[in-house]
Amino acid sequence: MDLAFIWTTFLRLIAALQVTLSVWALSVFFGAFIAAGVTWMRGSGIKPAEWIARAYIFVFRGAPLLVQLFVVYYGLSSFPLVRASVFWPFLRDAFNCATLSCALCTAAYQSEIFRGALAGVPHGQVEAARACGMSGFLLFRRVIFPIALRQALPAYSTEVISMVKATALVSLVTLWDVMSVALKIRNDTLVTYTPLLIAGAIYFVVNYLIARAFIFIEQWLSPHLRARSA
Amino acid sequence: MNRRSLLGAALTCSLLVLAGAASAKDWKTVVIGMEGAYEPYNLTDPSGKIVGFEPDLAMDVCARIKVECKIIAQDWDGMIPGLQAGKFDVIMDGMSITDERKKQIDFSVPYASVPAALATAKSSPLAKLAGAGKLVNFDKDKAVGAAALASLREALKGKTLGVQVSTTHATFAGDHLKDVATIKEYKTTDERDLDLKSGRIDAVLDDETAIASMLGKDDAKDFTEFGPRLTGGDFGVGVGMGIRKSDADLTAKFDKAIKAAFADGSIKKYSLKWFKIDTTP
Amino acid sequence: MDLLTALGFGERGWGPALLYGAVMTVLVSIAGLAIGAALGSLVAWAKLSGVRIAAAIGGGYAAIFRGLPELLVVYFVYFGSSATLTGLDHLLGGEGFLGVPGFAAGALAVGVISGSYQAEVFRGAFLAIAKGELEAARAVGMGRWLMFRRIIGPQVLRFALPGLGNLWQVALKDSSLISVTGLAELMRTSQVAAGSTHQPFTFYVAGGALYLAITSISDRVFEFAEARATRGMRREAH
Repeated sequence: MDLAFIWTTFLRLIAALQVTLSVWALSVFFGAFIAAGVTWMRGSGIKPAEWIARAYIFVFRGAPLLVQLFVVYYGLSSFPLVRASVFWPFLRDAFNCATLSCALCTAAYQSEIFRGALAGVPHGQVEAARACGMSGFLLFRRVIFPIALRQALPAYSTEVISMVKATALVSLVTLWDVMSVALKIRNDTLVTYTPLLIAGAIYFVVNYLIARAFIFIEQWLSPHLRARSA
Repeated sequence: MNRRSLLGAALTCSLLVLAGAASAKDWKTVVIGMEGAYEPYNLTDPSGKIVGFEPDLAMDVCARIKVECKIIAQDWDGMIPGLQAGKFDVIMDGMSITDERKKQIDFSVPYASVPAALATAKSSPLAKLAGAGKLVNFDKDKAVGAAALASLREALKGKTLGVQVSTTHATFAGDHLKDVATIKEYKTTDERDLDLKSGRIDAVLDDETAIASMLGKDDAKDFTEFGPRLTGGDFGVGVGMGIRKSDADLTAKFDKAIKAAFADGSIKKYSLKWFKIDTTP
Repeated sequence: MDLLTALGFGERGWGPALLYGAVMTVLVSIAGLAIGAALGSLVAWAKLSGVRIAAAIGGGYAAIFRGLPELLVVYFVYFGSSATLTGLDHLLGGEGFLGVPGFAAGALAVGVISGSYQAEVFRGAFLAIAKGELEAARAVGMGRWLMFRRIIGPQVLRFALPGLGNLWQVALKDSSLISVTGLAELMRTSQVAAGSTHQPFTFYVAGGALYLAITSISDRVFEFAEARATRGMRREAH
């Protein structure tokens, strides 16, 4: 057991964790906004909007993320039109492309989660709120949103953790995240398992912490379900 | 102290067993690993077959030593690990003979000698770099080498250079250019070239023949070679077949075959066919 | 090379290669799902058995593979399977290299990941079986194997179908990661074609379209299977 090697590998991988977590956080965050928009379009009742939303969800949930990453990073840049456009300074950078692609992908999944959560709000609550005279934004803010948020949490935590695992794919579009650094160490030193095991441990710990965080949030948001301390 | 896990220990034991057995091994079939994505050394055609300079040469030398050769595709970054694991017996993928690599594997005598070259967009200021096309050998003439390197460093300041991972070009860039330019490493040369064409990187460094092949395609008409051609130093002493250290008998066999192929001009023939120039060392 | 030639079936066209890749993708996904089903049912059985050690091992396996990136698992299985097999073979006195073909390694990787999720699907499906049915079966004197074959098996399958349909889609997408091992499935073929022709957009979009086609067809198949499996079942009032 070469402890020195294990330690240096660990340090190098932790340094790369910053890239992994940045891609993850930004894509989940922006994906939520895109998802909100898509969910709204899906339930808007306006036929063209509904159609676009359903197509979006079908494409971004149906195609593998790897294909999406390659289309955004290599595919888009092969068009002179794209290169001449105002988007090019953004798309030129691999980090931006990867984050954009991950955001678009997670938005499709998040949109479905939002849709299911909204549909799961008990109709009685909505009726009662309307009977009290609530409508529009107030109804959404005070009744629908909090209930839907709570209902979405379990599925949302699964999706968020999925995204951490999905960021490993950005190693295939020239980003130096934990996965690519682990493989580089393996190629340079020919030590196969140690870098991969350490990388696996890092991912596992990160996912565990996120899962715990969500359990905490769920409990915090459900005071009415907690056991009464009598 | 071997720093591997139990599986690694088993692998080492098995390699030792193999080493013991190899000295008496009767080579009937030899498996050769190639990328199939390093034109014109080797490339994959739509039917899935690997063709190119090296497949032709491989068939030739294998016939000379009377073995059957099988070519399998292998990603570049897994080449040496794959050889060590026994996935194939020979690496033929434009792999330069360097001291660093010799620590892990053996090489046959070189079958090609190709300097490294740079390419960039015709519209780039890099295209006008002085000393274009001049051959600079870091081993033979240190002063000329230092001067060429200095002017290259000056030109590449603040620019982005693309190379393939784990190549002599990546090593050179890492050793001499990392502090002035941004070095971007790619798993395959195709991906790197795509980024050159899209303008994500300003220049690429690769074997001259690979650069020439890339520039010969329709979509590369706005690109050109620039600067000096580099050899020696980090770039090694020619391209050879990579063979496990434990298979010294195979190395000897291929050495003989390659020398014979030189003598009767076969290698020159393949070289002219695929590289359009003579790359015999 | 224009679009039609590149994607077509002519001499320089990559059409056949892409279709072959799609077939390979479907096959490796089916194999992966099957391995996952075997592992998943084992783990579900372990968790339901009440034996603490078995449940702990099963739970551990599921937790580990749900917490690791799929790409990492693919690399691990790819590097490890050949090394393990060769090492075992050498311990037994053989020589040479025992390669695990890319297909087997890929299917194993997908299966190991899928199994960790399928365990939950099977466990949930089993718990959804009306207890009354199991009691009645025992009362009538059915033996364990007969009970499994006639009651538990079909019911679990019926309840598990929606979850399995979802996991099939996941397996399909995970199979694209097997491309890093070099197996000539759809993603890999798209990559090789894109690199060779320098038309990345064409081939990655074509590959994506083929994945979507496989997904659509699978959706229909699962809808049909669900309809058949739940025929005669009394549904909750909606």
